[in-house]
Amino acid sequence: MAEYVRSQSAGPQLIGRVIIYSLLILVAVYYLMPLFVMVTTSLKTLDDIRSGNLIALPKALTLEPWIKAWGTACTGVFCGGLKGNFMNSVTFVVPAVIISTFIGAMNGYALTMWRFRGSDVMFTALLLGCFIPFQVVLLPMAQTLGYLGMANSIAGLIFVHVVYGLAFTTLFFRNFYVTVPAELAKAARIDGAGFFTIFWRIILPLSPPIIVVCVIWQFTQIWNDFLFGVVFSSGQRQPITVALNNLVNTSTGVKEYNVDMAAAIIAGLPTLLVYVVAGKYFLRGLTAGAIKG
Amino acid sequence: MGALSIKQVMKRYGAVEVLKGIDIEVDDGEFLILVGPSGCGKSTLLNIIAGLDTATAGEIWIGGRMVNQLSPKDRDIAMVFQSYALYPTMTVRENISFGLQMRKVPKHEQDEIVARVAKILQMDHLLDRKPNQLSGGQRQRVAMGRAIARDPALFLFDEPLSNLDAKLRVEMRHEIKQLHDRLKATIVYVTHDQIEAMTLGTLIAVMKDGEIRQFGRPQEIYNSPADLFVAGFIGSPSMNFIRAPVVRQASSVGVQLTSAAGTFHLPMVHLADQLAPWVGKELIFGIRPEQITDTVVARHVNGFAHQRSVPIDMVEPTGPDTLVIMQLNGTRVVSRVRPEQAPSPGSTMDFVFDVSKAVFFDPQTEKRAA
Repeated sequence: MAEYVRSQSAGPQLIGRVIIYSLLILVAVYYLMPLFVMVTTSLKTLDDIRSGNLIALPKALTLEPWIKAWGTACTGVFCGGLKGNFMNSVTFVVPAVIISTFIGAMNGYALTMWRFRGSDVMFTALLLGCFIPFQVVLLPMAQTLGYLGMANSIAGLIFVHVVYGLAFTTLFFRNFYVTVPAELAKAARIDGAGFFTIFWRIILPLSPPIIVVCVIWQFTQIWNDFLFGVVFSSGQRQPITVALNNLVNTSTGVKEYNVDMAAAIIAGLPTLLVYVVAGKYFLRGLTAGAIKG
Repeated sequence: MGALSIKQVMKRYGAVEVLKGIDIEVDDGEFLILVGPSGCGKSTLLNIIAGLDTATAGEIWIGGRMVNQLSPKDRDIAMVFQSYALYPTMTVRENISFGLQMRKVPKHEQDEIVARVAKILQMDHLLDRKPNQLSGGQRQRVAMGRAIARDPALFLFDEPLSNLDAKLRVEMRHEIKQLHDRLKATIVYVTHDQIEAMTLGTLIAVMKDGEIRQFGRPQEIYNSPADLFVAGFIGSPSMNFIRAPVVRQASSVGVQLTSAAGTFHLPMVHLADQLAPWVGKELIFGIRPEQITDTVVARHVNGFAHQRSVPIDMVEPTGPDTLVIMQLNGTRVVSRVRPEQAPSPGSTMDFVFDVSKAVFFDPQTEKRAA
């Protein structure tokens, strides 16, 4: 009986499968193609690029473009590759991500577990921050950084990204903590714990799923940011996104596509890595509303 | 000085009065139930006692201390919540000792207390589990354990059983009652379930719309409700309310009831004086289902029992009793009879009305008239 049922449905089911998989493969190829071209091009010699076509495999593998992009390529007049800018990015992205995530968690906790008069208005006001375009804040921010003596510094970039990221991180944590019973905080208050103890001992240990979401989001946003980087930093303090742009646009003699490709991959690698490492937590975190204490 | 005094406590949110002047006095060892429909202010009152909410006016005294200005942790209370509020990332042991830790109780004392509490609640084997590895009843028990570990002057329970299924609820009800007997603790317990109120409480405050409608011993509230709301809220199935004209017949005053088969008179010998002013007017006659029974059950009853024949509408067996429903003065009236005495719907049955506990309410004010 069971076999009969299976054999009867196997035909249409098989066709369905084939259609689904062909579509998926098509889409995957479509999206992977640029990466493929980038990787292969970055491993080709210039001669190879000139003589072959775009999607051809390299005739001979070379790591020369990577080494050049990292260490000796010229951005403008400076010829030290991207390594300095890569480290620049790391030094401001990591603190900015950690600080904005931490403050966002604190905000979300205060807005849900310690509701005060006007807390909803406050939250709405914070949310507006998500909709303010970058360009609008450029001038006021430049002035503020000037007043604070943080213009053209790593600290200044961290400050800008923390302020700008707060709206998002607060939103993430607030919406996560809304699903946590407020009675937890009440019980802890009766047990004798204060604001920070409750946050540290009870609320934060519950938060890894949303922390992962927040870190991925913030890391991607801040690492990939170009506008703030180009406006609020200059010369050798520039983040990698800006340096990449300069490298590609620096036109002295022959255009070195292989070096450009290698540089672009280097610039994109950290975000790729974050997704690969934390991707499954990301999905889990996005659906974390379903967790029960 | 009692264990808990609530003096003229009021709570206002903007223009909305949630509590309109609550006065309660409770002695040591009492089990006070705050019961009422949702929105009556009972949970707000409990939160005010706990210090999680502030009163707009009035005073809270716990163990002879005015605690209005004290934070929850300094009020010498422990609270059990409806959602249990166990700390999800901590083990049962850590959950119980967290409060002790916050109070800087020495480590070896913490261990002793946890061991003692675990023994009282028979949950030694659960100590190293996390809350999500426990069943609903076990979580409830841990929540109580956490409260017991504090050894407070006052226990507060906020609808602790409403998340449990029916069978477990009955079991946990027994456990809470046993716990109260054993610890001789003073407890304030909020519920919307009148059965919990009756079975657990030594004192009941029936609340509605931010007021206490009646405050007293369970039996007193059951037998002698102060108004129509209390009478209808306490007891299941609830008391029958029949609008009936008060008439004087022969030498006695009573009510006149009309069924499809005709009109009859029920004399209220013991209430003659109170009912006298109402002769010729209508009152709401309140009688509980168990006071309208079949002739077999009623054999032993006193001179307040009157046998009347009434056609019946419907029969609802519950197992131990069968509810027989009739129409009197156009109102659905429920009676409780022995299953073997229950007739088939549409026939006529002899009922015995025991009016010794009958109550009367003024239809205008809904207050007790007799």
